[in-house]
Amino acid sequence: MPRAQVMSDADVRRAVTRIAHEVVERNHGLADIVLIGLQTGGVPLANRLAAELARIEGTDLPVGSLDVAFYRDDIGLRPVLPEAVTDIPFDLTGKTVVLVDDVLFTGRTIRAALNALNDYGRARAVQLAVMVDRGHRELPIRPDYVGKNLPTRRDEMVDVSDEGVILGDVVAVK
Amino acid sequence: MRHLLSVSDLGPDGIEEVMGLTDSFVEVSSRAIPKVPTLRGKTVVSLFFENSTRTRLSFETAAKRLSADTMTFSVGTSSVNKGESVRDTVETIEAMGIDAVVVRHSSAGVPWQVSRWIDAAVINAGDGWHEHPTQALLDCYTIRERLATLEGRRVAIVGDIKHSRVARSAVLAFTALGADVTLVAPPTLLPPSLAGWPVQVSHDLDEVLPKVDVVYLLRMQSERTQEALIPSLREYTARYGLTRRRAAQLQPSTLVMHPGPMNRGVEIAAEVTTMPNAVITRQVANGVAVRMAVLFLLLGSGAGR
Repeated sequence: MPRAQVMSDADVRRAVTRIAHEVVERNHGLADIVLIGLQTGGVPLANRLAAELARIEGTDLPVGSLDVAFYRDDIGLRPVLPEAVTDIPFDLTGKTVVLVDDVLFTGRTIRAALNALNDYGRARAVQLAVMVDRGHRELPIRPDYVGKNLPTRRDEMVDVSDEGVILGDVVAVK
Repeated sequence: MRHLLSVSDLGPDGIEEVMGLTDSFVEVSSRAIPKVPTLRGKTVVSLFFENSTRTRLSFETAAKRLSADTMTFSVGTSSVNKGESVRDTVETIEAMGIDAVVVRHSSAGVPWQVSRWIDAAVINAGDGWHEHPTQALLDCYTIRERLATLEGRRVAIVGDIKHSRVARSAVLAFTALGADVTLVAPPTLLPPSLAGWPVQVSHDLDEVLPKVDVVYLLRMQSERTQEALIPSLREYTARYGLTRRRAAQLQPSTLVMHPGPMNRGVEIAAEVTTMPNAVITRQVANGVAVRMAVLFLLLGSGAGR
């Protein structure tokens, strides 16, 4: 089956660096910014973004991780289990949250994440950073920071890892 | 899995799955607002034909923290007093449109029977001398929380094994996760046959205590004296009670557990319940998160249908 490498590891690294600069620029620094990665693909990206921001601005940001399983809108329709325990050991009230995920697709995960974040305090603002925006939105959600806009078919799959980004046909879903 | 009637419905993998989910619900319970919208629109009924404080409140708290609606049925105020049968009661409740029933009854097998009559998920909250699976699951979670694993851990279950649904579920769950279980009781309080139970048996608590990682005490019911199974509660305490003197023989890391309700001064001395390694209130706290995990698994995870 056809699989194409659409971003190399260096491309991903450069995208993280660019997004880091965009976060600093848009927020006029890093005051009251926190990063939250979505389980599981967004968590390593959030950590990489935090490391990059520490390198260019010298600020260590709080980084949390969020699992949205309990907030999904398809509960009961298909198997849903949390991948990992949510870890947000700080109050979000008054903070600007940068949500980080690997792939933005229908937007339903982000909708669930916005609900979940509410339970950790009233953030001043929420921004969204994704490595790949593959289109096909079903909700009025758009990212603030994008690694790459990647036109896809609905039945394709996008895989983001440290080695880069791969676009391929869906392997038979079990 | 559609129902939770016995620990054996889960098996080792199922127990591990519940443990992993419980980690997530412990996190939910630790928040300022300990509630998630997961089971919105689902209705959970507690159907208790027998008295209970902690189990019923624990299940109701768990259901509410998952945003499910709850209904409570207590036999004392119900039409059962007018002679309504269990089957009619259950079918009446189901006709109202419910998703899960939490059943406790003094006869073994009632939750199983209810599960044949209705489509809703049935959770056994204790049936006669048979089983009490969610108690065993919260016990496993509490042991893992303090001792990391049950694999190779030595557990003594002490007391009235014969009449204890808690003991049956605990033996199944602990041994499924690889623990070494020793039952400690006078011969009159052991089941007539232990064939097929993967356990050791002892009648000498003092000999067992220094060697175990967990001491699990069962409630000693005073009715057992009337049945002449033990001479007196005082004599029981002298031989099988975890007194202050006996507690001093425990290794410092040994956990002391009790499913409640406790008879202080009978199976456990009041001072022992407040020792640093007595995790009895942790058991209650973990009970809510474990029951959230079970409700989520049956109603929300999509694995049940």
